[in-house]
Amino acid sequence: MNLGALLGSSGLLWSGLLLTVYLSAITIVTSTVLGAVVGFVRASRVPGLSAILRIYVELFRGTPLLVQLLFIYFGAAYIGMGWVTTFIGAVVGLTLYEGAICSEIFRAGVEAVPPAQHEAAHILGISKWDSAVRIIMPQALRVTMPALIGQEISLVKDTSLAAVIGFAELVNQSQAVIGNINQPMLVLTVVGALYFIICYPMSVGARRLERKAAR
Amino acid sequence: MIVNASNIQKAFGDAQVLKGVSLEVDAGEVVVLIGASGSGKSTMLRIIAGLEHADEGQLSVCGTPFAHGKPTSPFNGRVGMVFQQFNLFPHLSAIENVTIALRRVKHLSKPQAERSGVAALENVGLGHKAKSYPSQLSGGQQQRVAIARALAMEPDLMLFDEATSALDPELVGEVMKVMRGLAESGMTMIVVTHEMEFARKAADRVLFMDNGVILEQGKPTELFESPREDRTRQFLQRVRGAED
Repeated sequence: MNLGALLGSSGLLWSGLLLTVYLSAITIVTSTVLGAVVGFVRASRVPGLSAILRIYVELFRGTPLLVQLLFIYFGAAYIGMGWVTTFIGAVVGLTLYEGAICSEIFRAGVEAVPPAQHEAAHILGISKWDSAVRIIMPQALRVTMPALIGQEISLVKDTSLAAVIGFAELVNQSQAVIGNINQPMLVLTVVGALYFIICYPMSVGARRLERKAAR
Repeated sequence: MIVNASNIQKAFGDAQVLKGVSLEVDAGEVVVLIGASGSGKSTMLRIIAGLEHADEGQLSVCGTPFAHGKPTSPFNGRVGMVFQQFNLFPHLSAIENVTIALRRVKHLSKPQAERSGVAALENVGLGHKAKSYPSQLSGGQQQRVAIARALAMEPDLMLFDEATSALDPELVGEVMKVMRGLAESGMTMIVVTHEMEFARKAADRVLFMDNGVILEQGKPTELFESPREDRTRQFLQRVRGAED
């Protein structure tokens, strides 16, 4: 093994790791917000809108993220939107795909709150908005938290697919490093370990929340 | 008159649950609805609360007329309801359960709401449990918090939908005691219950519902001692058999 060579290329891995964390952080926020809005709208059965959102959810849940990323990035170039960089393509693709899955988690959470909670709020005169924000959503969030964190863990790993459209995140950079030092197993081990270091604490956090929610 | 209902009809699918129920309740009256399950008692109560919408009939509650089965303006707590399953908000403490509508509906300041809330909890003997969450309270305590939550809104009418049916037998008494106290304080109440003891002692009028209609009504002594209808007699015998 040639650790010296690896250290010589560590700058590439380091910049790849930073971009992976950056892409993950941004899309965790965007996909969770998108998923929350879509999920709550679908759960409240807004006529027309809910049906359209269902088509979105089914479409993005029913096709591979890899295909979506390629479609968005190269499709944008094809229709003359040359300003769509690999980063924008990755953010848009991940947001739409993970948002669709998050929305199902949120929807299930809202629907897990007993309808009697609405009745209790209604008879007290609490408005629909207050009831949604102060009664239903906090209860829905509590039950969805573990599943949501599980989904964010998947998202961190899914960012690796952005390598395919040429976004210089960790896996993309590792390919370059492998080319440079010709030590594929060593590099892949390091890359795998880096993902694990990010994901494992999230997994522990999810388990803690789950135990807390069970109490 | 607090409740004025005439010829209320309601069907769920093919099942005609209410077949023309008329009911008048005056201020300060305590009316108890008894009858077998499926007789339409709870549905009638939920229609008065505005939680179900009648198919036919005229209804006005606390001076608010109904149109298309719904109150024409929101009750905003003027009608209080206590449910079989308590329906407290599990993520809020007892005091937060009691004050949320005071804050969001009556727009009281936080200290004002807290003061009313604590008073309402003390009223049901739970001033010391203000900070507890529903999961930390017994069923009887949860139901008393639910009563306090409704009473804090200073309702003109209180509805009780089998408020003690989900409770362990040893917890029924504490809730009944609160309900008896409320009846004596002059609150207008409509109570759906299987507790004949409450009907005998606290009711001004007992209504026997059977198969979607009010079959018989009268003062508790009349209805319990000398029921006119065979169905009423049979029902009371069955209930007494269960009590012995």
